[in-house]
Amino acid sequence: MAEVKEITIGDVAKRSVDTAEFEGETMALNIGPSHPTTHGVLRLKMQLDGDVIKHCEPVLGYLHRGDEKIAESMTYNQFVPYTDRLDYLAPLANNVTYAMAVEQLAQLEIPERCQAIRVLCCELARISSHLLGVGVYGMDAGAWTVFMYTFSQREKLYTLFEELTGARFTTSYTRIGGVARDIPDGWLGRVSKFCDQVLPVIDEVDTLLMRNRIFMERTAGIGVISREDALGYGLTGPNLRASGVDLDLRKDRPYCGYEKYDFDVPIGKNGDCYDRYLMRGEEIRQSVRIIRQVIEDFPDGAYYAEDAKKIFAPPKAKILTSMEELIQNFMIVTEGPRMPEGEVYFEAENPKGALGFFIVSKGGGVPYRLKIRGPSFCNLSILEKLLPGHYLTDVTVILGSLDFVMGECDR
Amino acid sequence: MEDATLVKLTETFDFLSVRASGDHSALNCPANKLFEVAQSLRDDFGFDLLVDVTGIDWDAASPRFSGVYHFFSTASHGYLRVVANCEDDINPQLPSISAIYPAANWHERETFDMLGIRYSGHPNLKRILMWDEYPYFPLRKEFPLAGIETDLPAPDVVETTQAKVKSAPMMGGPFVSTRSGPMSQAEPRARDESWTESEEKPTEPSDEAKR
Repeated sequence: MAEVKEITIGDVAKRSVDTAEFEGETMALNIGPSHPTTHGVLRLKMQLDGDVIKHCEPVLGYLHRGDEKIAESMTYNQFVPYTDRLDYLAPLANNVTYAMAVEQLAQLEIPERCQAIRVLCCELARISSHLLGVGVYGMDAGAWTVFMYTFSQREKLYTLFEELTGARFTTSYTRIGGVARDIPDGWLGRVSKFCDQVLPVIDEVDTLLMRNRIFMERTAGIGVISREDALGYGLTGPNLRASGVDLDLRKDRPYCGYEKYDFDVPIGKNGDCYDRYLMRGEEIRQSVRIIRQVIEDFPDGAYYAEDAKKIFAPPKAKILTSMEELIQNFMIVTEGPRMPEGEVYFEAENPKGALGFFIVSKGGGVPYRLKIRGPSFCNLSILEKLLPGHYLTDVTVILGSLDFVMGECDR
Repeated sequence: MEDATLVKLTETFDFLSVRASGDHSALNCPANKLFEVAQSLRDDFGFDLLVDVTGIDWDAASPRFSGVYHFFSTASHGYLRVVANCEDDINPQLPSISAIYPAANWHERETFDMLGIRYSGHPNLKRILMWDEYPYFPLRKEFPLAGIETDLPAPDVVETTQAKVKSAPMMGGPFVSTRSGPMSQAEPRARDESWTESEEKPTEPSDEAKR
């Protein structure tokens, strides 16, 4: 009988990383721009040593449309549809942020009802964006079922968006000084119903992923971003909070009446992929909390700033029946809303992070310069630092955890 | 609270001046002192988050280019805008602050790409949104909205296909509004920039606009 001899080989993978055995033999690998894990058109140029990433250079710009140049050539209201296409997974939130930035320039007071509608828009957009983020993230990590759960919910949300704005995807709902139309009859009830049934689904998703051994092995401890790095690279939103920084513009610089609502801001501890996943599930629950409070105490009144005669075009029924409103509409369409001179920077807490608009106005209806600060652009800038040292298989998981969208990255 | 920071800042650095602003605290800073100020903003004043870096082209005015920085403090939750004018109108230049705030790295690359402001001391100053060989700075005011016909980034493709990056057709839309001029001309309308027998081909911008 042959003698059985036991040998220990240890962690082979680790040894190949630690020793300089393969150093110098690097391989160039290109991912994207058109690749399912890049969630759009991001391209990564990488140098690999075996399975380990040594160097990574993200290449952007494949979705660059020159939005900032376009903004300089049209009136403030004309630009609203372009904001849909920034973070195209949460167009309503972009619309609201843009409108608020311009209103800040005009120092316009917005009626309570309009603010409540906008809060609803923002939070529904957040839920829709995070549902996609979580679902697709499961898919990135190899758990396909989650996607089916979250996407069927997102479909229901889109039906609500369609009822509100007339479009499922490119909503273009806000106008400078208000929103395009009031909420439809019974819509609040349907939103409320949606909230009731989305929560069990989030719990279901959690049971599928949160304590899933495979999912945890793939995400916990992977792609750790320290607090210092997160701040240094200008991360915002759930990605920043996952690294333990308590910053949520809804709490810290309340806008749109967010100070009236009671909600918690989830803060992560480790800043790894797992924490970033947990953030999104919890934020959906908090958004539902906010939505319920808004619906419970929904203000009456106008859905647009009635006294802003040189900014907001009145509703169609008034235009067709009254001379003054007809002229008002004509002036706003041809000249654009009348804006004072000045410089304004406004940021709001969007699903992906802080979306900012910097507007330089020289008066009149067309901005002189409009800069869009896309949160995904800043969130991705950390890739050069984050990816080296990780295995190639982790790239999918890390990219998915950052939950970026190239529309606002490339603008 | 924001005002107190502003007072303290102008006391510490006497070359800073308060800038007119409708929203956040704002300062003008000489370009050569920018690095020093940014360092102090992060270390002494708690502005730990650089949220945005961009530039403005003031067209005919001089100084023509300004760099605009927005800082945020996670402690006081206040913003600070710092504006630095580029001394040279032809070759605008600013010091890079990417050594202090890594976030500035990509923002500065974008501003260089779009406006042609060069950041001295930047570790990797190349185009980020347009391709590397692109010859223009699209956000400069003289650059036409439709774009300019130019070569494709890949020379081998150009050789085989003779294809070029064409300027966008402007007939039928988008509806463009201009910032000045009489209302009959400024109102939103499709600006057809193509040429016919009666209308001449628009001239290309001068070499100055090129890189």
